[in-house]
Amino acid sequence: MSSAVVSTSAAQGRPFVFVVGEGAEVCSRPSGAELCTEGRPPQRAFSTFTDARLASVTPASRLAVRPAAEMVSSGIAAMDALTGGLPRGCLTEICGPASSGRTTLLLAVLAAATQRGECCVLVDASDALDPQSAADAGVELDRLLWIRCGENSPEKSLEQLLRATDLLLESGGFGLIALDLGDLPPQVARRIPLTTWFRFRRAVEHTPTVLLAVERQSIAGSCSSLLIKLGLIKLTSSEDRISEQHLDSQFPLPSQAQLLTGLEITAELVRSRLDRKPVRSAEITFASKTAWAG
Amino acid sequence: MFACIFVPNFPVAAVFRAEPELRARAVAIFEGKPPLEKVFAVNESAGRIGITPGMTKAQAELCSELTLRPRSLLQESVAHAALLNCSQSFSPRVEDAAADTAILDLAGMESLFGSLPEIAHNLFRCAATLGLDGNVAVASNPDAAVLAARGFSGVTVIPSGQEADSLGSLPVEVLFAGWIGKEGEGKKKEDEPQKESVHLLATLERWGIRDLRALAALPEVALSERLGQEGLRLQQLARGAASRTLVPVEALAVFEEAIELEYPIMLLEPLAFLLNRLLEQICTRLAARALATQELRLTLELENLAGVDPQLDTFGIPSESDAAHSATQSQSPAQHFISGRQSKFCRTLRLPLPMLDPKLFLKLLQLDLNAHPPGAPILKIHLAAEPARPRSAQGGLFLPPSPEPEKLELTLARIAGLVGEPRVGSLELLDTHRAEGFRMRRFMPEAAQKTKRQEVAGEGKSAVAALRRFRPPLRVTVTLENGELAHVLCSKKKEAQGSVLWKAGPWRSSGDWWEREAWARDEWDIALQNADSVALYRLVHDLLGGSWFLEGTYD
Repeated sequence: MSSAVVSTSAAQGRPFVFVVGEGAEVCSRPSGAELCTEGRPPQRAFSTFTDARLASVTPASRLAVRPAAEMVSSGIAAMDALTGGLPRGCLTEICGPASSGRTTLLLAVLAAATQRGECCVLVDASDALDPQSAADAGVELDRLLWIRCGENSPEKSLEQLLRATDLLLESGGFGLIALDLGDLPPQVARRIPLTTWFRFRRAVEHTPTVLLAVERQSIAGSCSSLLIKLGLIKLTSSEDRISEQHLDSQFPLPSQAQLLTGLEITAELVRSRLDRKPVRSAEITFASKTAWAG
Repeated sequence: MFACIFVPNFPVAAVFRAEPELRARAVAIFEGKPPLEKVFAVNESAGRIGITPGMTKAQAELCSELTLRPRSLLQESVAHAALLNCSQSFSPRVEDAAADTAILDLAGMESLFGSLPEIAHNLFRCAATLGLDGNVAVASNPDAAVLAARGFSGVTVIPSGQEADSLGSLPVEVLFAGWIGKEGEGKKKEDEPQKESVHLLATLERWGIRDLRALAALPEVALSERLGQEGLRLQQLARGAASRTLVPVEALAVFEEAIELEYPIMLLEPLAFLLNRLLEQICTRLAARALATQELRLTLELENLAGVDPQLDTFGIPSESDAAHSATQSQSPAQHFISGRQSKFCRTLRLPLPMLDPKLFLKLLQLDLNAHPPGAPILKIHLAAEPARPRSAQGGLFLPPSPEPEKLELTLARIAGLVGEPRVGSLELLDTHRAEGFRMRRFMPEAAQKTKRQEVAGEGKSAVAALRRFRPPLRVTVTLENGELAHVLCSKKKEAQGSVLWKAGPWRSSGDWWEREAWARDEWDIALQNADSVALYRLVHDLLGGSWFLEGTYD
């Protein structure tokens, strides 16, 4: 049994019939005069069938517009100004090298979500979460489910992460599911098949869950709705302030007199599929400060 | 008004409850010590093919159609508990009259459960769902209800004042059913009341008194002269005019089900079928009492394999000391008690909320047993549920998303099977300055305190720079120049090495010096220049061990 698809020839402006299932046959459609000729009932029946099929096709002008994703705060005002927040029901990627502020942003997102009363999950491929940092960032630890993979090899922990994520997405009900792949070697992280990311995106679609992946390099390809790239501009320390007072001093400032007070992080919005028009790359800079800086 | 529920042929009914597939077959229950086992009770099908109580097991075995089962006091006690549960779901005042009989006080229950016939039918159906096919009778006094339940099958409702007429057709043996039951049982419980009952029954038979109507019609004075007060009491019972106070029992605190296996089970798959049956029965009993459970205790009696040293076996059964150790490690520890020729394997399933879903319980038990296999053939299964009030939750349109507790529990169990039980949960910070000062605990979002909404970081505060830990910390070699940190070399992670661009520290801390796990350390925050990038690390010098570590990176 074969089916037919009617297309339009761009070159001649005449319709063609593509017979699917019997090779790539292309034949010219008979003219209206031929169709009206008596003694050709099969062609008339075919034409009626084709018309019926055409009638069932929804015109592009009537296609429903996909509703815009609900955006939630990332917990950092500058980041919200850049991206409009994080979309629910979509995959968001945060990538950057070590010390680029990925974990700072992740904890800020977790803090904002838990403070909204949502249950959040952190699937930690490298078992890298520092509980004290999470508490300092304002994460409500009672509402955070921490899944610590990475007891064995990176490959094993990646497998655990993917299976745990599947289970969590199937269970549903979480406000945020964060996948921390930040310490996995890029060659291991790239082994995740694109179909897995498509499955995750499909599973999280139409749910109120924010799916967030933290990694060194973007690996989800076109499956991510939002791609943010982070980088470290400079570290801020008490030395800056003290150095001004000791500019004329001939002795170097001892390390005991210095204190890491924060990081200045730059964020670039590389891709956003939330808007109709392609987003131009945009950059912002935001500052973070250490818990002991006050 | 009072209702009575009576389960005829109770030992057989208890076996049928545990093995429903036997209902269609001829079944005989035997008891006694080998080789002197005798048939103790039979079902109707077995009676039809000529099997009677009192036959020896060897005689009964000649019948190929017959299924023989040993008498199980455990299953009978469980069935009795189910009978009481069923009764207590209709009335708070229930008398435990016998193993197979329960009497309910229905005073005031009509406004809750409908008319008396409705209550009787519902009671009958409730018993059937619990696997007990009983007779239900309703009468104005407890004894009349008991006689009617023992005499008439199905549901019987005797209107007030018509007890004598209704009970009249019953044989006089029904008055002595409590004493003269099965032949085997009668022989076993040879005592004075039973002897007296046999004597009275023989006397009535000699007089030609066959049914209760004839006994009720006898003149009272003459009966008293011949049979004494016992004769008068029996006549009152026959007339349905006896009155006494009900002796209610307290509701059970633990719901238990058990099954003894004829052959030991080796695999977890057939065990799942039996567990499913037990769980369904427990959940039905709990549901009948409008209860749920928050704790399930599974006890498996294991066959002690010959030639296996119970203290050091190769089948996964740890010794008692191991069990004690695991109890401190896990929230639901496996406990093994090895005594004599058999050992017990215990698992406890603690749920964050009261639940009542047998499929969920089964899946959780399966996952738990997969992670902690019993390690030896199973002889007996005992399952107990701690009853709890079902949770009441009011849904809201504007509440933040939250996972369903049942689904969450199953998901957590599955993930725990994947990554290990202690590696899933929520965090709890400990009151210490030690580096890893936290512990994992069970994730219970419902228990999370509804804290006052704090100011979200994005609404005014700046983000807090986070540390990203290396677990375990990376051991490094540090080069000092003029007493200052100059270069860090890490063989395990190439990107975490380079020359020190900037440093802050040391920050000295120590603690637990009064314990065996004392610690003392100096910390630096350093910026390392690698080939093409700069990264910030926390460098630690262990003052007790003398080693250098990279504890994490500021990210």
